[in-house]
Amino acid sequence: MADPDLTDALRAATGGSVEAAVGPRPSDFTLRLGRPSDLPAAAAVLTGPHAMALATVVATDETTTPDGDLKVRYVFEPTSAGASDLFVTLLVSVDPKHPELPSLTRAVPAANWHEREMRDLFGIVPVGHPDPRPLVVHDGWPQGVFPLRKAFDGSRRLPVEPAEEFPHLVAEGEGVFEIPVGPIHAGIIEPGHFRFTSVGETVLHLDARLFYTHRGLEKRMEGLLPLDAFYVAERICGVCSVAHGLGYCEALEQIAGVLAPPRARLIRTIALELERLYNHVGDVGNVCAGAAFHYGTATGARLKERLQQMNERLAGNRFLRGLVVPGGVRLDLPDDLLEALAATLRDTLAGLDGLMGRIEANPSVFDRLDETGVLSHQAAVDLAVAGVAARASGVDRDARRDHPHGAFAGPEAPELRVVTAADGDANARVSVRAMEARESIRLIAELVRRLEPGPLAVALAEPLPGEGIGISAIESPRGEAVHWLRTDAKGRVERYHLRSPSYHNWPAVALAAETAIVPDFPLVNKSFELCYSCTDR
Amino acid sequence: MLRIVINALRTGVVTTRYPAEPSVPPDRFRGAPVLRPGSHLPPAAVCPTGALSERLDAGRRHVALDLARCVFCGRCAEDPWQDAVAIGRDFELAARSRDDLRIEVVADEPVVPAAAPARDPDAEAARASSEIHRVLGRSLHLRHLDAGSCNACDWELSALLNPVYDVRRLGIDFVASPRHADGVVVTGPVTRNLETAVRRTVEAVPEPRVVIAVGACAASGGIVGEGYASAGGVDRVLPVDVYIPGCPPRPEAIIFGILVAIGRLDARRPPREG
Repeated sequence: MADPDLTDALRAATGGSVEAAVGPRPSDFTLRLGRPSDLPAAAAVLTGPHAMALATVVATDETTTPDGDLKVRYVFEPTSAGASDLFVTLLVSVDPKHPELPSLTRAVPAANWHEREMRDLFGIVPVGHPDPRPLVVHDGWPQGVFPLRKAFDGSRRLPVEPAEEFPHLVAEGEGVFEIPVGPIHAGIIEPGHFRFTSVGETVLHLDARLFYTHRGLEKRMEGLLPLDAFYVAERICGVCSVAHGLGYCEALEQIAGVLAPPRARLIRTIALELERLYNHVGDVGNVCAGAAFHYGTATGARLKERLQQMNERLAGNRFLRGLVVPGGVRLDLPDDLLEALAATLRDTLAGLDGLMGRIEANPSVFDRLDETGVLSHQAAVDLAVAGVAARASGVDRDARRDHPHGAFAGPEAPELRVVTAADGDANARVSVRAMEARESIRLIAELVRRLEPGPLAVALAEPLPGEGIGISAIESPRGEAVHWLRTDAKGRVERYHLRSPSYHNWPAVALAAETAIVPDFPLVNKSFELCYSCTDR
Repeated sequence: MLRIVINALRTGVVTTRYPAEPSVPPDRFRGAPVLRPGSHLPPAAVCPTGALSERLDAGRRHVALDLARCVFCGRCAEDPWQDAVAIGRDFELAARSRDDLRIEVVADEPVVPAAAPARDPDAEAARASSEIHRVLGRSLHLRHLDAGSCNACDWELSALLNPVYDVRRLGIDFVASPRHADGVVVTGPVTRNLETAVRRTVEAVPEPRVVIAVGACAASGGIVGEGYASAGGVDRVLPVDVYIPGCPPRPEAIIFGILVAIGRLDARRPPREG
């Protein structure tokens, strides 16, 4: 049931023009605003007295439906530790002839990229948005073409039109330098452009330009059968393959009205923790690369390799692709593999403890991490930062507890110890990551103990129910990822949207970098360890 | 410092001997699917990337598998097609041409696999390979170029430098600048937003240079395909010397492909009649 206090407060703030309904899930509610102009007042009620944060923003083109409009859903979630599993959606109908709505960005900084994205992909203008620059489409994209509108044929390449150089946001003055870096970097990493403005070594401002790896995957999935589209969702990001595959599956299973069997839920969560573990262990090692501590880098890489070889034994793929499928899991975990897994985890724990001991005992590494790249608690809250980065700045949020999924959603959910730290610096992020890796090892052992014989999947009968909406939030290695899926009348994918944790965290990297010097940027960046591919999609 | 030395000694040598010794992937590993001729082969629509295609020739159904497009999900070998398609464990799949990655069989008809297209066996590719071999010798320095990958292939390239694969032992290294490189390894389908950067980076590599497409997206567009934001594969933008299938290819599959590129190993050949 919709919270009566909240709906009353929203009615009061908007002059009564609010229709409240339960959904997408039975525990959620959706408030349909009478006018787009009511949006700022309604959002202020949620983010102010109710202390909610923006979880995702989903625009849809419904011009071909009886509604004949564009819709934007601003989805909010509670931010207090242990709050109930809840999403509150503010639904705004936008007139396609005048596609405008008031921007929330000045009041809700986390809305910044979401609103720029809807302007690029849907042509919906957030009036009053402080940044007029395109985000997702880059130089030479034709004016007035919006790729996520239904009328746009996404299967064709468009000509590149002549364009001015992108207007980077830089500071100017005597002794102020601009340092352009990327999109092609010196190492084996994903592409992004970083424009530093510096005075000497001190970073004054960092303007990060991403979306180089924008592949149009959300458009790619539209019109597909949901069981086919799964393979795209699983491949949005390499190191989040399990998390994104699972998020898509849970959203789809909501629409289909099925629940994966208990054994499948346990195996899914084991996979999710294995994904977290190999990432976290490798990421601790990679931070050492930023501090020129090569023993640490090699040790992290060796431990990660052992885990990925284990992944290949379990799932047939080093990124655990092919384990999770809609309805359950594709492969069982027999006892011989579980024994091998237990041995791998024992060695990983010993290796990780040894590595952390060497990092903490090594002043040349520790001094580089300590007080470097500080993200304040307030900034983390304002930007709705997720995952390790949020918890290292004292934000006690973890989707495994706050939006239970996989085995955490069961009747006897395993206990989860959420790790937080207060300092918000690179050192805090490394420590939180190491503690979470240990917690994942403990959890996997606990989950394995709970495995009982049983079916691995339930069948999802196609066609799936039409015009259903599913929403799920998964704690990926990088933090909470929010999936939103809707089927059309024929049960095909009408719209899918992923808000990855990195999407909210990238602006925080730029902020944290401004407390550092240029040579520490790789360290700051690696301590956040974000994906470009699931930000850009 | 002493503890670091002691720990390093205690860990010992973890480096693989591949390719001097063969690598055997684990039982569940999904390598190249094997289509059984004359069986009840799955319809093309089963494949999420369009790697399977079918055509009728003289009333017979021919089913073809394009390994460049395959994402090795295993769906074509699931119930009820498990007797028609077997998931093999072959991972050394790198080839010099897209044609070599295409396998066609005749369904509903016993025996013979259809002949691979008759053509000059890689004369031009062999020439390029011998020229590369002559100029660059047996060592190769590569620049990685992310052309819009999901990062899985990128992480596998990173893994080549870890203590287990340590490709520097084979004379292969990754360098920071295209000016220092003998070639590029490209991951991703070439997004619109990276097309210019990809062209410029490759042009900055001195000739002769090799271009290696790593993974399904780079080799064919893979799961991304062609679209408003994606070119649908590196060879839509640049000539490619070697294609390495996989989603992602395991590190040893990439080593195999790089060694094929410099002519130290022979590329995969499609199975032929007789």
